[in-house]
Amino acid sequence: MIRDITLGQYYPGGSWVHRLDARVKIIATLLFIIELFIVDNFIGFAVAAAALAAVIAVSRVPLSYIVRGLKPIILILCFTFALNMFMIDGTILWQWGFLKITREGLRKAVFMAIRLVLLLIGSSMLTLCTRPLSLTDGIERLLSPLKRIGVPAHEIAMMMTIALRFIPTLLEETDKIMKAQQARGADFETGNLLQRAKSLVPILVPLFVSAFRIAQDLAMAMEARCYRGGENRTRMHELRLVGKDYLAIAMMIGFLALMIAESVLL
Amino acid sequence: MSIQVRNLTHIYEPGLPTESVALEDVSFEIDDGEMVGIIGHTGSGKSTLLQHLNGLLKPTSGQIIVGDTDITARGVSMVEIRKRVGLVFQYPEYQLFEETVALDVAFGPKNLGLTREEIDERVREALELVGLPYDEVAERSPFELSGGQKRRVAIAGVIAMHPEVLILDEPTAGLDPKAHKDVLKMIEEVHRRTGNITILVSHNMADIARLSDKVIVIDSGRLVTVGTPYEVFSQHDKLEEVGLALPPVTQFTETLRSRGMNLSETILSTDQAAEEIYRALTSEGKVRI
Repeated sequence: MIRDITLGQYYPGGSWVHRLDARVKIIATLLFIIELFIVDNFIGFAVAAAALAAVIAVSRVPLSYIVRGLKPIILILCFTFALNMFMIDGTILWQWGFLKITREGLRKAVFMAIRLVLLLIGSSMLTLCTRPLSLTDGIERLLSPLKRIGVPAHEIAMMMTIALRFIPTLLEETDKIMKAQQARGADFETGNLLQRAKSLVPILVPLFVSAFRIAQDLAMAMEARCYRGGENRTRMHELRLVGKDYLAIAMMIGFLALMIAESVLL
Repeated sequence: MSIQVRNLTHIYEPGLPTESVALEDVSFEIDDGEMVGIIGHTGSGKSTLLQHLNGLLKPTSGQIIVGDTDITARGVSMVEIRKRVGLVFQYPEYQLFEETVALDVAFGPKNLGLTREEIDERVREALELVGLPYDEVAERSPFELSGGQKRRVAIAGVIAMHPEVLILDEPTAGLDPKAHKDVLKMIEEVHRRTGNITILVSHNMADIARLSDKVIVIDSGRLVTVGTPYEVFSQHDKLEEVGLALPPVTQFTETLRSRGMNLSETILSTDQAAEEIYRALTSEGKVRI
């Protein structure tokens, strides 16, 4: 049930994508996202989708698992689709009262839907194939040049590490509390909107209490081990770029060039 | 009322790399009015088993029959099952959420759709059963009670639903010795008064040996053995194999026995041990008391 949320989850594996340097994967994902926003035609999306499909194939993460992660955002997807379809002016294809569908609107709606789906799958590939710890390590290293202008890179990375680390814990906690309340006859599935919102109270109150307790325990445990920020901290696993990382960078640049060429030429 | 578990198997996340078999082909029966102890390691599948008994989890295969209903069948009303089988989770105090103790205990009965008078009556009765004076605690916030008291409130919340089967998952975990003793005494009292099936999971072998009519041993999702405490705890080797210990008093008397003292086998209570040791010592004529 609640464990089905795969957005932001790590999918254990040892594929080529999994073993790449986290920094390379973060930059690749950022580039991919930027490219999705540059693209202004369907061929561009086809190229991006093909590239993404190749990454998924190499990563050996089952497609069904990735698609399942889209479930929670289906509502948002439908909402943007409808909004675009009905709100944009242009050549009218169909009209009923104040509702009208235009050619431009339809095109825009399909466009945005594809963009959103690619965006989500693309960014979830990053978290699916990168251990949360390597991910935050990578972010810290990428942000460290900014330390000079006062950006607390280590603290940001630590906050992210902790947040990521506690997603499964809190999900588990929610699952437990939901089950406990269900055992007391609570019903979360039926009733109107107001009733359902009300039925969340027995979950949210204990969940907040738990979250604060967990946070306090963690703070105490960190302090007990003399944690005092990133200064002079050394690490067990230093990130180092190797052959496959350079190959990935080369492919990334190739992809970027292809996308730019495509949008300039077409 | 009886419970029959037949060939129960449960697999978590089938088809994923994280797939794990939590229960495999588990079968046993529980008769009316029995106090049942379930023992096994952390991660042995105990909690999974308990969640099946009140329909929170659906088995991958197998059947569970409570009374005359197959609760694993399609279209069985979950509300009906939860009315009959009450489950108290581990650390149940973490599920408290209402502003007052009375309101929190009333949550279950309210979900059953009872009238206000019935709910009020059940809250009073349940709080009294768990040994909390209604007038003192009813209007207090559950969050300001002590750990042991919170746990009692949470247990009262399930008892107030009048389940025909009461399941408690490690009800004494993390409690101090006094609260531990009080909670167990309370469970015994509830069992005695209602005469219903009570299922108790615990890591405390002495408690299990003392309280249960039947003991179920589970290890890595499989049923190791079922029987009376005497039958189960006399299988030392089997228990040791799955990493479980004998109750301390049994360990002690077994050690004495292995050193040559003439005691009967598998003594489960301190009273019995004292009597046996006294008998052994006096009959050998070594000691005159």
